[in-house]
This record gives sequence, structure tokens and C-alpha cells, in this order.
Amino acid sequence: MAQDAGIDTPVVSDGDGVRRRDFINIAAVSAAGIGGVTVLYPLISQMAPSADVLAESSTEVDISQVQPGQAIKRVFRKQPLFVRNLTPKEIAEANAVDVSSLRDPQTLEQRTKPGHENWLITMGVCTHLGCVPLGAGEGEVKGEFGGYFCPCHGSVYDTAARIRKGPAPKNLEVPPYEFSSDTVVKIG
Amino acid sequence: MSFPWAKQYTPSHPFMVWMDEKLPIPRLIYNAVGGGYEVPRNLNYFWNFGFLAGLCLVIQIVTGVVLAMHYGGDTRVAFDSTEHIMRDVNWGWMLRYGHANGASAFFVVVYLHIFRGFYYGSYKAPREMVWLLGVVIFLLMMATAFMGYVLPWGQMSYWGAKVITGLFGAIPLVGETIQQWLVGGFAPDNATLNRFFSLHFLLPFVILGVVILHIWSLHIPGSSNPTGVEVKSESDTVPFYPYFVAKDGWTIGLFLIVYSLMVFFMPNALGHPDNYIPANPMQTPAHIVPEWYFWPFYAILRSFTQDWLWFIPAKLMGVLAMFSAILVWFFLPWLDRSPVRSGSYRPLYRKFFWVLVVDVLILGYCGGSPAEQPYVLIAQLASIYYFLHFFVIVPIVSSIERPDPLPFSITESVLGHDEAAALGTRA
Ligand code: HEM
Ligand code: FES
Repeated sequence: MAQDAGIDTPVVSDGDGVRRRDFINIAAVSAAGIGGVTVLYPLISQMAPSADVLAESSTEVDISQVQPGQAIKRVFRKQPLFVRNLTPKEIAEANAVDVSSLRDPQTLEQRTKPGHENWLITMGVCTHLGCVPLGAGEGEVKGEFGGYFCPCHGSVYDTAARIRKGPAPKNLEVPPYEFSSDTVVKIG
Repeated sequence: MSFPWAKQYTPSHPFMVWMDEKLPIPRLIYNAVGGGYEVPRNLNYFWNFGFLAGLCLVIQIVTGVVLAMHYGGDTRVAFDSTEHIMRDVNWGWMLRYGHANGASAFFVVVYLHIFRGFYYGSYKAPREMVWLLGVVIFLLMMATAFMGYVLPWGQMSYWGAKVITGLFGAIPLVGETIQQWLVGGFAPDNATLNRFFSLHFLLPFVILGVVILHIWSLHIPGSSNPTGVEVKSESDTVPFYPYFVAKDGWTIGLFLIVYSLMVFFMPNALGHPDNYIPANPMQTPAHIVPEWYFWPFYAILRSFTQDWLWFIPAKLMGVLAMFSAILVWFFLPWLDRSPVRSGSYRPLYRKFFWVLVVDVLILGYCGGSPAEQPYVLIAQLASIYYFLHFFVIVPIVSSIERPDPLPFSITESVLGHDEAAALGTRA
């Protein structure tokens, strides 16, 4: 009886007053706690992108028909991709900017491949909240910096697709890509 | 849990006596919404919106569960199954319109319920917990409504989901990981739709649970009233049944008339036509707008177009401000230090209260308009005022204001005199 009620008796207590029951309590609660956290892990992890979504998909884009001043839209990872052939004037505009004055400082050179500085390849996903900016399609407004304009909350990108005005924090993302030949680009 | 003069539950039928011993649910109901619950006699119609909110929750759960019998939470079938409900399922159009307009009705009712809380100081002690649980309910309602709007997988569904899940990308360092975890991919897709369906089904039942806690904690002090003076004697209250059951029943009738007009005669008035276009990840609609009940908060989100203090990006600031606009309500019971509850006796607070109401309406109007001038500038000014109200105006007003004299009791405010109290407590 006395033991069941948890009352300290010489039988269950060692010299320092630590009872066997305390040990059992701590061991049981710790085991249950660790078990609980272990179960939580898969429950949380299941929501992350699954293997098929993560499987690197790559896309080949034929750019032979894109004239200077034109752009095309393609799909990469189920999101829009902009491929733009810059005119010499647009390149000059991009290079004339004082890079240190930019919100996300990058030069056009850093955003393109050597020898292909006229090919600006970016995601068509506004870095604010993810709308598709205008400016790649025929006749769409390009915004006051001649690049892209996001109609959702008014972010304006320049001819290097760098953020210049509005709420977006970053330049349009440049995905990993390489030129397979002078007219074909492999994205991803 | 109740006033000493409240009537006791005394079952007479042998079955009810037996039931009372085994599972006293009839006793619980009698004490919560029956003759055993004493309510201030002077409640005005603003106290009817809690009951109406409960009705809305029931309407949403009933219509929602039956819609789920015909809907498919898969990007390949979601849009078509929604149209199937509209065209093929018996009464499907009515159930869907009832659910969509039911959500709007729910928000109208809850906004008026919150309006009552602001005006009459219902959030003050001893009802802080009622208020805090109410804010939790409101946050859960917003999450539920947002995920529900994604389910038909139309253009607004898709882009709404993209924009709102994009908000989480604003969190420094871990933002992108959290965002991808939420949508289960790089952009909203099947994984997103499927989990939103699961959660949209679950959350109303969570809300139901929190509503029960809300009412439980309300029934400890009992309802406040338009004077804000606490109940003093038996003559201040009347039993919930029959008095408020009848009064709530009457406003349920009025509510159902307006609701039916919406469902049967203008079911798409509050919706957006773009949502009848299937989701297209390649094409943003010209003008993304959330449902009307999110407009004031959406306006605050969009108000941040410049970086803040050189290191907080505009996007993060917008997100923080939008959530703070609701989270600040959690602190209201402590920001407002005036001992007088009711705005009816607070001449200065009352003026600023109405300015805030106008401010929120302006924010709502801007939130529903395109992100262009002059709306952006107006929304920025209105956002500043919104936060000024809570952090500056309310604390200052509550310390400098000279309230009007309060009635001695609820009875005195109703009858002009209070015999019982005059004999007893008023020494
Ligand atoms: C599903 C949503 C909700 C339901 C079903 C609900 C239900 C109720 C009911 C039945 C009452 C008593 C009747 C009345 O005073 O109107 C009540 C009181 C109250 N509710 Fe809610 N409520 C909801 C949401 C909210 C929200 C979002 C808030 C605030 C942010 C809130 C704050 C309060 C307060 C402060 C009271 C006490 C009022 C007083 O005694 O003066 N409720 N609620
Ligand atoms: S999503 Fe482009 S500006 Fe907001």
C-alpha cells in the first residue's frame, strides 16, 4: 500500500532520497516523449515535395527563331520561363546602371553566360508573390525600365530582369542552364 | 457558472431523470441555452450575431460535407467535378451556391460580431479569454475560407494560392523551404490542392471545438450588455429560454431571407468571373483579387512598396503588417486600459471607434482595387492610421478620457430606477 501511494519508505529509497519511482517516471516520460517526436517527423516530412516532384526535370528550348528584342515563354518545373534576346540598346541600358544602387546588386554579365550576353534566361515568376510578369509576350507592357512589369502589385524589372521598383525583393531568378549549341539551351 | 437566482434543472419524466444520472446532456443544454442561463435584460440586436455565427457554421458544415461527396481533390478533375456539381448533381447548384454565399454570410455576421466587441468593449475583463478565443476562431475561419476558395481550381483559385503561399517565402533564411513544404512542390499543384481539401474538411470541426470553448468561457461571467455595467441583481437578467431563444429565432428568420436572396437571385454577385476559367499556371489574371472579406488585410499587405529601415525587405514588411493587423487584436484587452467597457459612455473613444470603422472600409475598398495610384497611397495612409489606432490612440484615449456617468445598474438603465438595488447594495 505504502509503495503504491508513492510514500517514501526505506524499501524504495536509496541513501540520497532518490526513489526508484522517480527513475521509472523519468524513464517512462522520456521514452514516450522521444517516441512522440519520432512519430511527428514523418508526419511533418510527408508534406515536403515528393520524390516525383523533386526528380530533376530538364527542358530543351530552341532559340533559333527568337529575334533581338523578342522573347518567348516556356515551361520549367511547371512554372513559366522567359527566354529573351536582348538588343544592343537593352544591353547598354543594363550596363549603364550603377550596380551598387540596386536592391539585389548583380551585373548583366553575372546573369548571363559568357559569349551569350544577349540571351537573358529567367524564371517568369515575380519574386514578390509569384505572379507572371508582363513583358515577354508580344505587345505586353514592359514597364518603365524596359524589362518586365508585374501587374499584381506593381514590381518593375529592368532589361537584365533586375528589380528596380515595387515590392519584389529579388531579381527574377536565373535557373541553371547551359547552351547545348548556339540555338538550343538546356534548362535544369 | 451562473447567477444564484438562475433556475435549476429538475427533470420530472422518469426517462429524463435516468438520463440525467447517466449522461446529463439535457442539463448541460438547459444551463447553456435554456431556462437555466440568465442573460442581461437589455441586450440589443448586436448580441444576436454570435448565435447567427453558430448557424452559419452549421450551414457550412452541412453543405460542405455533401459537396465533398461529389468533388474530387485532384488537379485533373477538380474544375470539372465542380462544374459537374453545378450541372449534373441533383440540387448541386443550390448546395454549391449555398456554401459559397454561406462563407460570405459567415464573414458578414462575424464582422458585425467583432464590431460589437469593439464598440461595447466586450474584450475587457472578465471576458478576455472569450475575446482571445474569438480571434483564434477568426484566424481559423480565414485559413478555412482561403483553402476552400482554392478547391474549384479556377484562375483565381490558383493565383490566390500562389500569392498567399508566396507570402511565406518572405520569412528570412527558411522562407523558401517553408513555402515548398506548404505547397509540396515548387508551385501550387496537385499536392497542394489535395492537402488543402483535406484541411478544408478538417478545420470547420476545429472551429466548432474552439466555439465550444468560446461559449464555455463566456458563460463563466455571463454576457456583457450595452451599458457594460455588470449584472447586480435578479431584476437585471431574464432567462435565455424563452426570451433570447425567441429573439434569436426572429433574427434567424431575417438572416435566412437575406441569405436566400443571395443564393437564389444573385449567387455570383460576390464571386469573381475569372474563377470560371480553369487554372493556368502560365497566365496571371490581369487583376488578382481575393474574396471581399480579405480586402482590408490585402490592402495592408500591398501597402509596403519600399524597403523598411534599409534591411527589412518590403515583401517581409507587408507580410508582417498583414498578420499584425489581426494579431494586434490579441493585445486589445491590455492596450485599452479604460475601466468603462461600453462605447456609449466613452465620448472620445466612440469618435475614434467610428474613424477606425471608416478606415477599415477604406482599406477594404483599396484592397479590392488594382494596385495603382491613388489606391496604393490611400491604402498606405489608412494602414498607418490602423496601427496608430491600436498602439497610440487607444492607450492615450483610455488614460485621458472622462467617461460619461454610468447608470447604477442594468435595471436602472432600462426602467429609470432600480428598487431592489436601492434597498440592497446601494448603501
Ligand atoms: C464561428 C464564429 C463564432 C461563433 C459561432 C461565436 C459565437 C458566440 C456566441 C453564441 C456568443 C454569445 C452571444 C453574443 O454575445 O453574440 C459570443 C460572444 C462573444 N464573442 Fe463570439 N463567436 C464567433 C466568433 C467570434 C470572434 C471572431 C470574436 C472576436 C474576435 C468573438 C468575440 C466574442 C466576444 C468578445 C463575446 C462576448 C460578448 C459580450 O458578452 O459582450 N467571437 N460568441
Ligand atoms: S507578385 Fe509581382 S508585384 Fe506582387
